[in-house]
Amino acid sequence: MPKLVTHPDEVKIVSRRFGMGAEKIDRHIELGGYEAVKKCLAQGSDWIIEEMKASNLRGRGGAGFSAGMKWSFVPKQSAKPKYILVNGDESEPGTCKDHLIFLHDPHSIIEGTIIAGLAVGAQMGFIYLRGEYRYLLQIMERAVADAYARGFLGKNIFGSDKEFQIVTQTGAGAYEVGEESALMESLEGKRGIPRIKPPFPAVVGLYGGPTVINNAETIATVPHVIQMGAAAYAAIGTPRNGGTRLFGLSGHIEHPGVYELPMGYNLKKMIYEVGGGIPGGRKLKAVVPGGSSTPVLLPEEIDIGMDFDQVGKAGSMLGSGGVVVIDDQTCMVEFALRTISFYAHESCGWCIPCREGTDWLKKSLTRFHAGFGAPSDIDNIAYLAENMLGRTFCPLGDAAAMPTIAFVKKFRKEFEDHLNGKPCPFAREGMPQLTVVRCRTREVV
Amino acid sequence: MSDPNAPPESKSVFSPALAARFDALVEKYPARRSALIPMLLYAQDEVGYLSDAVITEVARRIGITELEVLNVATYYSMLRFKPAGQYNIQVCTNISCMLRGAYEVYERFREELGVGDKGVTADGVFSLEEVECIGACCWAPAIQVNYDFHDELKPDDVSNILSQYKALVQSKKKNA
Repeated sequence: MPKLVTHPDEVKIVSRRFGMGAEKIDRHIELGGYEAVKKCLAQGSDWIIEEMKASNLRGRGGAGFSAGMKWSFVPKQSAKPKYILVNGDESEPGTCKDHLIFLHDPHSIIEGTIIAGLAVGAQMGFIYLRGEYRYLLQIMERAVADAYARGFLGKNIFGSDKEFQIVTQTGAGAYEVGEESALMESLEGKRGIPRIKPPFPAVVGLYGGPTVINNAETIATVPHVIQMGAAAYAAIGTPRNGGTRLFGLSGHIEHPGVYELPMGYNLKKMIYEVGGGIPGGRKLKAVVPGGSSTPVLLPEEIDIGMDFDQVGKAGSMLGSGGVVVIDDQTCMVEFALRTISFYAHESCGWCIPCREGTDWLKKSLTRFHAGFGAPSDIDNIAYLAENMLGRTFCPLGDAAAMPTIAFVKKFRKEFEDHLNGKPCPFAREGMPQLTVVRCRTREVV
Repeated sequence: MSDPNAPPESKSVFSPALAARFDALVEKYPARRSALIPMLLYAQDEVGYLSDAVITEVARRIGITELEVLNVATYYSMLRFKPAGQYNIQVCTNISCMLRGAYEVYERFREELGVGDKGVTADGVFSLEEVECIGACCWAPAIQVNYDFHDELKPDDVSNILSQYKALVQSKKKNA
């Protein structure tokens, strides 16, 4: 069971019911659950969308798009059924927040999905969990079955004339499926390959119908926004960045864990006070602020507020809220290599700049890290990455390129230290090494 | 409902429970094919891997060709076409886990089991796999044994984990 952590600076909204047994429907109701849905049934769809817009709730998956705006793009009239899609394919390295929502408060996801359905006039929702989260899928399935048994789902929900159905779905191992159009492909029983946009999902999405797709944390936040009121929620964060978010502190940090902090919370304070600083008296070398696809920040760059706009201004992204802390004993070339190996593994292969780009970056960095690099490799790695940017079908190519460019730019000296056959300056026992296989003559051993 | 015209040999590929699960699953979606990926995973859980017979059976039940099933199945990293061990040990070595010693944990598993990446022990009890992020970054380093998570591991925890599962195998044998 993953450990729960707490800190006095936390403002618990989404995580309010964590560790309180709210996975059981009775307990969830006791803790104020499903009140928000009743409120929405009374108020109607236009009111919900206006509340969501006013709350400044921005997508927690990484892109940070206004949830209310997204919902408002769905056409009122549609010949095809509309759908709500909850993205729980949480796979961005450094991110494990949805894990806790599914574990501790699955009903908040059901509530949020129903509310989204009421807002856009959809009668069916899908909750997609990554395949590795089997035990969480079972918790989610249990919660959905309980909600059906109470009449919260199905025909005439809460005794109204509205219908809403929810289906849970498992993936089978693919980071790319976290991309919204690839997720729809996967849900339709196909390879998780992104679709060209436009048309956007709000117009043509799942099964060709207008579709709202939101991250699981965004959806789980919705009932709380409705219950506390948009103005109160927006007041917690910074301008244009409403409320709180679940920040995951991982890596070289004294107290790793998922903390719910107001948007705009200072990153330096988050690391040194909330997370307790770097273990073993070591020094901070770098911070990846929002999951592995976000450009790395140097220690002198972390005195910033953690919201979409401020982190963007600092040259990185708030992303998924997964803060990965790196100490001074870490080899940044190895770190870059491990990051790019992931993207090379996960590239779906559909478009060439990403498929070839990630593969060549991995090859170059592997050789480089093993001490077989050439001085020109450093610029080549950056050049390759720059040429992937903006030239791929979906953001996976950018997700691989952006951090790579930052690693080279900010840690050039460390790359240079690997040159001229020198072994990695941070080499330690058990570190994976490249075995260089040289061509032999035809003799067979 | 299973197809009454199906050839008799295909009926034993799925257990009655799995067949029932499939029938319930396809009903849930607006399109039958949406059941494909969960079905492949559930079939793999039961059979151990996606054998040719499983592929044929799933294709028949969904109503698409075997080639289409393979086209989809080869995309997803959790689906496999060869048997794994009874307990498949998946060690995450992605960044958050790496920073907290995942490679040292992985090395220890390699030593204790005597197999490398995607290797299966001679008795078929364990297999080992280096995997990408499993969504347990704040509790790193983490592994999954089949679907069970084990968090905050040290290399010295490895032998303990292995003996837990060995004990499970023993008790299963006794009960059989």
